[in-house]
Amino acid sequence: MSIEIKVPPLPESVADATLVAWHKHAGDAVSRDENLVDLETDKVVLEVPAPADGSISAIKIEEGATVTAGVVLAILDEGDAPVADQVVENAKAEPAEVVVESADISKTIKTSPAVRRLLEEHDLDATMVTGTGKDGRLTKADVLSFLKSDESSNTAPGDPAPEIIGEGAAVMLERNEQRVPMTRLRARIAERLVEAQQTAAMLTTFNEVDLTEVMALRKRYRESFEKQHGVRLGFMSFFAKASVEALKRFPVVNASVEGTDVIYHNYYDIGIAVSTERGLMVPVLRDVDQMSFAQFERDLGELALKAQDGKIGMEELTGGTFSITNGGVFGSMMSTPILNQPQSAILGMHAIQQRPMAVDGEIMLRPMMYLALTYDHRIIDGKDSVQFLVTLKEQLEDPSRLLLQV
Amino acid sequence: MSNSYDVVVIGAGPAGYIAAIRAAQHGMKVACIDEWKNKDGKNAFGGTCLNAGCIPSKALLESSELFHRAGHEFKKHGIKTSGVELDLAAMQKRRASIVRQLTNGIAGLLKANKVDGLVGHGKLLAGRKVEFSPVDGKPEIIDATNVILASGSTPIELPFAAFDGDNIVDSWAALEFDEVPKRLGVIGAGVIGLELGSVWARLGSEVTIIEAMHDFLFMADRDIAAAAGKEFKAQGLDIKLGAKLTGASVGKNGVKVDYEDAGVPNSFDVDKLVVAVGRRPYTEDLCADDSGIHVDDRGFIEVDDECRTRVKGVFAIGDCVRGPMLAHKGSEEGVMAADLIAGEMSEVNYGVIPSVIYTAPEIAWVGLTEQEIKESGREYKTGSFPFAASGRAKAMEQTSGLVKVIAAADDDEVLGVHIVGPMAGELIGEAVLAMEFSASTEDIQRTIHAHPSLAEAIHEAALAVDKRALNFPNK
Repeated sequence: MSIEIKVPPLPESVADATLVAWHKHAGDAVSRDENLVDLETDKVVLEVPAPADGSISAIKIEEGATVTAGVVLAILDEGDAPVADQVVENAKAEPAEVVVESADISKTIKTSPAVRRLLEEHDLDATMVTGTGKDGRLTKADVLSFLKSDESSNTAPGDPAPEIIGEGAAVMLERNEQRVPMTRLRARIAERLVEAQQTAAMLTTFNEVDLTEVMALRKRYRESFEKQHGVRLGFMSFFAKASVEALKRFPVVNASVEGTDVIYHNYYDIGIAVSTERGLMVPVLRDVDQMSFAQFERDLGELALKAQDGKIGMEELTGGTFSITNGGVFGSMMSTPILNQPQSAILGMHAIQQRPMAVDGEIMLRPMMYLALTYDHRIIDGKDSVQFLVTLKEQLEDPSRLLLQV
Repeated sequence: MSNSYDVVVIGAGPAGYIAAIRAAQHGMKVACIDEWKNKDGKNAFGGTCLNAGCIPSKALLESSELFHRAGHEFKKHGIKTSGVELDLAAMQKRRASIVRQLTNGIAGLLKANKVDGLVGHGKLLAGRKVEFSPVDGKPEIIDATNVILASGSTPIELPFAAFDGDNIVDSWAALEFDEVPKRLGVIGAGVIGLELGSVWARLGSEVTIIEAMHDFLFMADRDIAAAAGKEFKAQGLDIKLGAKLTGASVGKNGVKVDYEDAGVPNSFDVDKLVVAVGRRPYTEDLCADDSGIHVDDRGFIEVDDECRTRVKGVFAIGDCVRGPMLAHKGSEEGVMAADLIAGEMSEVNYGVIPSVIYTAPEIAWVGLTEQEIKESGREYKTGSFPFAASGRAKAMEQTSGLVKVIAAADDDEVLGVHIVGPMAGELIGEAVLAMEFSASTEDIQRTIHAHPSLAEAIHEAALAVDKRALNFPNK
């Protein structure tokens, strides 16, 4: 019996998809649930699994084409694959999943001593680096190459970057161009950013925060936290929990705009920007107000990994009420983030730097971070946005406030 | 036994019996066929490793080492002995008893895992059928959904020095001499030749080894080979490098060994001659002509990285396929084959297989040698630490040798660890684990090593890579 392999129903907000890659050719034997083809939409890569055992008799749509829901991609002739094939196919089909699962486990985060030192020194989170070691573990080489790629993509401030001169020289010699179409994800990111620029009245306010206390707390409880919860105590959970406290006090920052209505949310779903190979993604953590620090770190680690692997689902990328982006991991000192619409505010974190501060009449070195809050001035007044950041600063400079909610 | 199985394994050496047990643990119905017969006429599981290789040779290495130390070293420790005497018969009895315990142990393990251990010859036919010819009985045909070939290897025989079972012998017979040969000749200074030469030299033989290669232990790191060569020479082993055997004849004066050294004919006489020039896959009468299995001209069964043959559902593992002829490599391939048959992910990391030579001092390494890395063009750094600076080694009166660690210059990953020295075969375990996890030298540097222990030498060598050795001046 022949079965038509069709593009599955696409989510409401998605009009069409691009056929990125076929994993099978005409004539190939397939087993049920085996992935046949990857479709890329604005946000995620969809897999189309085989509905039954059999073989592909014809491929109707080639790679690179744009498809809509219901379009026939290929024809599958149903039938038992030969027994011998099954022995082999089963063996072949399973490993991929196993590998991903074990990679998941390793991200809850067991690292070697050299990796721990590097992560600590560069204030990195293990979830940010892709591991190539056994079962996806991080190696020192992984972290070094991550730091290296960071250096080349972000010119450090005040660094004349001799590499650029080298690159320029190379360009002078070759003088050719390369035209590469944007991936759908990139095109969608571009479209949304421009849309935000055009519709919102965006304004950014700044403050700075002294992280002495947060760092001391992390240091004091790092081992027992990790032992107790099996996850590293990162900075992000502090910022997320402090944001929730501030959002509670300034509900309009947690609101969104729809036409001429302002929609207030009594829940706190926070999007955290994650840089992936395919582009920027903002997975959303739900009900952060009800989460423990450990649960937040754990969920964030899982979502970040899924985003890296392109396995993240549409529902995990939509519906946040507030977002946080951390340019600090790439060394940024100061930036003005763009809103993730329809949200009306986004918090920008930056690099932590030892700076001389006046503390109780004395000059002391303190670990300082600039904070930026970009907000939609259409609904948020300057006073609220400034006080929001001040609240955040107070919470972070004295994290015991988080416990007492003062 | 039954006439159909999920998995039939042919061979119960360290590759085959492990594959059989692993497959049974996956819930499959498994048979393991083996025809090994010992010199006493009894069949035994365990293959070369347990019956004629690893285990009996280590039993004798230990005994001969103790004998040697009792005679030469006890005085230094302040122990007076009045005449240390050798009782070779008792020493050989102990060896045989260890072998028997372990081979019986395998029969027990197979039983405990509900594997049918079948004694006789197994032959793969077309269509995944196996012909089983029991030692006493008529051949039967078994249906197998999957077959794992693990038939092992056998010593290479030289036409101009054919085994006669008495004067010119293979490595197995050389483990079972009932008297110490006054003069012993060994052809081949490889792992087996060196181990056997060491055993009999320590028991009193005058040992001459000839080796065709010009480089001593060509597969080992040069620094390690040089240190080991110096040590063996000091122990009295006469190793002639670049010497080519041209003939061996038995006469009234024992065995006359003819060889050419740089084209110049030469000869010497010995009482016994061991030919240990390597091993070849044992694949005779293993596969029917129409079985579809491809055997190359050296006798190796052709397989891919996952040990699959050209026939679906038929795997081949261990010494009868490509790769080093090592028991632990075969066992790991057995685990992989069984896991793949069960539909689980599995792989063998061929880049991280340890090699050990059980001489005194032992030699062990894992990963790449310095010369291999140099040839690859990769930038590297090295660090080494001599056992002469190790407190534990000094206390053991075993200070010869060193540990050498080689790492990538750019990302610090450990690329190779090479040891010659006391317990090198045990120490290498740490390096294998580190490399399996892609460790950097910094990872080893930051790992606490017990004091005093031999393992500290690995720690110090890793530190020395970054010129941070704490117990030895950094060069």
